[in-house]
Amino acid sequence: MDWTALELSLRLAAWTVAILLPVSILLGRFLAFRQFRGKALIEALVMLPLVLPPTVLGFYLLVSFGRNSPIGQTWASIFGQQLVFSFEGLVIASLLFNLPFAVQPAQRGFQAIPAEVREAAACCGMPPWRALWKVELPLAWPGVVTAMVLTFAHTLGEFGIVLMVGGSIPGETKTIAIAIYDRVQAFDSRSAATMSAVLVAISLFTIAVTFALSSRIGRRLG
Amino acid sequence: MALEVMAQGETPIPLNVSFRVEPGELLALVGHSGSGKTTLLRCIAGLWTPPRARVTVEGTPWIDTSIKVNLPPYKRRAGLVFQNYALFPHMSAAQNVMAAMEHSDAAEAERLLDLVNLQGMAHRKPAQLSGGQQQRVAVARALARKPQALLLDEPFSAVDRATREKLYTEIIALRRHLKMPVVLVTHDVNEAQLLADRMAVIEKGQLVREGTTADVMADAAALHAMGIRELAVMLPARLSEHLPDGLSRLDTPSGPIFVPTVEGAPGTRIRLRILAHEVILSRVRPEGLSAQNILAGTVARIVPGSGPGMIVHVAVGDQEILARITRRAAEQMRLHPGDNVHAILKSMSVARDHVTRAAAPESPRD
Repeated sequence: MDWTALELSLRLAAWTVAILLPVSILLGRFLAFRQFRGKALIEALVMLPLVLPPTVLGFYLLVSFGRNSPIGQTWASIFGQQLVFSFEGLVIASLLFNLPFAVQPAQRGFQAIPAEVREAAACCGMPPWRALWKVELPLAWPGVVTAMVLTFAHTLGEFGIVLMVGGSIPGETKTIAIAIYDRVQAFDSRSAATMSAVLVAISLFTIAVTFALSSRIGRRLG
Repeated sequence: MALEVMAQGETPIPLNVSFRVEPGELLALVGHSGSGKTTLLRCIAGLWTPPRARVTVEGTPWIDTSIKVNLPPYKRRAGLVFQNYALFPHMSAAQNVMAAMEHSDAAEAERLLDLVNLQGMAHRKPAQLSGGQQQRVAVARALARKPQALLLDEPFSAVDRATREKLYTEIIALRRHLKMPVVLVTHDVNEAQLLADRMAVIEKGQLVREGTTADVMADAAALHAMGIRELAVMLPARLSEHLPDGLSRLDTPSGPIFVPTVEGAPGTRIRLRILAHEVILSRVRPEGLSAQNILAGTVARIVPGSGPGMIVHVAVGDQEILARITRRAAEQMRLHPGDNVHAILKSMSVARDHVTRAAAPESPRD
């Protein structure tokens, strides 16, 4: 059992969720309520990581994060270290490939709010930020929670991109999914089995928490 | 604190309307669906912006396109009751009301819910309330903002008839507490006549006629858009007694009228809506008729219509009722202003939903 890899995976998932939560709310709300030219293009771009093979996304990220790329060079000049094969690089890759999971359910959640209810909030004297906090978020919450659970679970399980961008450096980029693969390659089925079981347990727990939360919200709305 | 509205535009429909509502006055915007009346209400609330508009309250502009002023809805102190109420589903009745306050005040929310007869419902969610109760919450929420103008968008259309009649009575009673201008959007002429001090008839985005409810309702040309069959007057009456044969006796300034049982204690003030096309005129008091309700009066004036019909205004006591008769009948009867006539109301022509309890104590607005 590779506890370091598990801890790294959880840390990566936590960072991804923390950064994507506001993105999910703001971008999801924006796409749900605003009509503008090129909206379909933005929606398609957000969805792209869902259909792209992870290795393809990983390849492009590797090229654009690399030592000789503008992004890689800028990062190195600011932080004095490389972006590829680092935890930070992994977080950025994770943010990108989780975008569809974080935005789509939240967008659906906001879209489900009747236009009249949002207008009523404005007519009750609520400025936009207050309407978001008091009316829109409580109603779109199931969508946002679903988005975050999917993001968390998806990050724990991601393999292709992590391998391409991060490599397999223990404590830095070797996540639990990579560690399982690593153990199987070394014919250490026992460790692989233990770690797989831990992942199953964590996934079950997350799903159970989501269901419990959303049924509570359902009662609140009822 | 009058509300002044002017709106012009070309889309979605050609629009050119202006009107003024005084404090405490209720103006009904009447028109068919698609006439633009709801669009006008949304323009006042700030939910829709026409190319050219000017809405002022107490002289302060909410929108004035000529000087590029356009306050967002949340900065306009307007209380809007939506057609389907648009209550916040995750909040209780009291929370809905408090959501419209600048600082949550539970005691004030309770007072407002009491005002709309929702005692003991404060903790219920909208889904646990009936349609009529939801409408009352919506009214309380609109009032919680201490609005400078109260806007009602077809607020009675989503409930059944019995509930609607109850809500009419409540709104009439509530009017005594309302000091701001009130705008009611409705397609129901009966409803407008029951509730409004003034009426504005809107057709295809244009103002057809604006005036006191009595004037507009007696104006066949104004009502052309809504259908001439809507022409009617409101006759004040007093419930005098319930008779054993299932009728109630109502006293009017010009004699008794009998109608199927009206709820209420003897002494209750009532208004009767009498449709012009349900009134028959006779020179002599008829004998041997099945119709029981005959009012004696004098012809006040005769207004020719565009078709074969004419509208005869008959003064009964200090009130007027209207009769729509054909031109041919008027000529045969040689009717002239000042003539004595008898107006025959078919007993059933005083329909149940056209009987409403007036607010007590009686105010000049009733």
